[in-house]
Amino acid sequence: MIAPQERLIAAIARLILDPTAPPARHIAVGAASPIPAAACWLVKKLGHPVRLSLLHRPSGNPFTEGTRELFDLAGQGRIDLFFLGGAQIDGAANLNMIGTGAWPGTTARFPGSFGSAFMYMMTPRTILFREEHTPRVLVDKVDCISAPGTSEQGVFRRGTAQALVTGRCVFHFDGTRFTLASLHPGETAESVRAATGFEYAAPAEIPATPDPTEAELALLRGPVCDEMLETYPEFCQRVWQRSSFEGQAA
Amino acid sequence: MPHREIDQLAARIPDGASLALPPDNSLSPGALARALVRRGARGLRLIGVPVSGYATDLLIGAGCVASVMTSAVTLGEAGTAPRFTAAVKAGTIEVIDATCPAIHTALQAAEKGAPFMPLRGVLGSDLVAHRPDWKVIQNPFADGSDPILLVPALQPDFAAFHAVCADSQGNIYVGRRRELATIAHAAKCSLVTVERMVPGNLLEDELMAPGCINGVYIDSVAVAERGTWPVGLLDEYPLDAAHFREYATLARTDAGFATYLERFVHIDARVAA
Repeated sequence: MIAPQERLIAAIARLILDPTAPPARHIAVGAASPIPAAACWLVKKLGHPVRLSLLHRPSGNPFTEGTRELFDLAGQGRIDLFFLGGAQIDGAANLNMIGTGAWPGTTARFPGSFGSAFMYMMTPRTILFREEHTPRVLVDKVDCISAPGTSEQGVFRRGTAQALVTGRCVFHFDGTRFTLASLHPGETAESVRAATGFEYAAPAEIPATPDPTEAELALLRGPVCDEMLETYPEFCQRVWQRSSFEGQAA
Repeated sequence: MPHREIDQLAARIPDGASLALPPDNSLSPGALARALVRRGARGLRLIGVPVSGYATDLLIGAGCVASVMTSAVTLGEAGTAPRFTAAVKAGTIEVIDATCPAIHTALQAAEKGAPFMPLRGVLGSDLVAHRPDWKVIQNPFADGSDPILLVPALQPDFAAFHAVCADSQGNIYVGRRRELATIAHAAKCSLVTVERMVPGNLLEDELMAPGCINGVYIDSVAVAERGTWPVGLLDEYPLDAAHFREYATLARTDAGFATYLERFVHIDARVAA
């Protein structure tokens, strides 16, 4: 039995390893992001040489100057890949983490933009991740832009979204628009179209999102979970029913 | 009188002051925030460096806050910050939205005594249009078109955070959380709570010194055991996830928030009185 989260983790890991994307030698993971963090750990435990900087790791935190250092690293181009989400994401890969209605979000207020307005433009690639895939999240046009998906010519920018992973599917982004790349179990071209507020391209035949392999599942449930326990205890309990190192079969 | 020392520290921060606070993963001063609620602070202009958490949500809920300059307000795994969200909806606080590196950069300008500093990125975000204090100029060193953002120096009236210990010279130890030095350097006045006082001079110890902030930047220290609670403190104690969930649940309603204040903010003070 494969948990939906395990499939999302494996899908993100495949995107990280995509040989056609810019290389990911150093990946940073920001606020509450257990699924992207697990995908990074899976890539590392598969034996790929990648440096992970997990911002929210309580012990052994990689930064000795907190987020100030994270953003300075990104400013110099020393972070190859970052993850972002959005309370709203539109078809041009614009992200809204501020709110809806009148500024600064009198209809619905979201937490705020975090470092998105900077990281999206300073990082060669970004994988967008949002589990909720509904017309209220994936909208035609965001109510306001925390971080733009594209920039005018002449504006300094190293990259943009590589892909958007949701609870229903994977979209690829080519710098202009999204293309439906794979469907998770239970989804069809029609069900994704109905749940998506923006226009996107879709091939005639849409492949299924691959299941994690047996080897990947074994890594996820063992060594990846071990690495995740301290930072994301609730996630590890929910997905793998593990609250400590004890009870894990060797 | 368990609160006396910290209540005196809170009394140093007058109504209407700007107050910079670190986020929940970087030694946020939970005990001092509760002391500010007890003293009935009003009109505070909070600055989240670079985001805000429990302390900010608590101060907003207790009516202590006029405005928040921040890049996000969140309770992490416990979800959105309910009192912040309610206050934005009700229009009772002003929100000055930022993005994390813009806040760090503005403080770094202040610590250098420079009037402003440039920052890459951000152009094309609606934040720029809503920050009349930010300016976009052409990079004077570039040959071709290269617009770049300038943010003005940010000098908070006060910085407040927790540290592991302080010595008799006023030097404090924050371990790897050295980003706190930026707020301490930039603020006009830094108030720090600590778990304990230690003898000697921390800066004489080669191993401790890199994790210290020089007492020249620290105006006042008060001992507050478990002073970051419910947030964690380095390797001394972890974040209290159960309490975060309890806060997040209670703070969803006005009545629940009042119960929270009664049980966790005011009760000890009443025992003391």
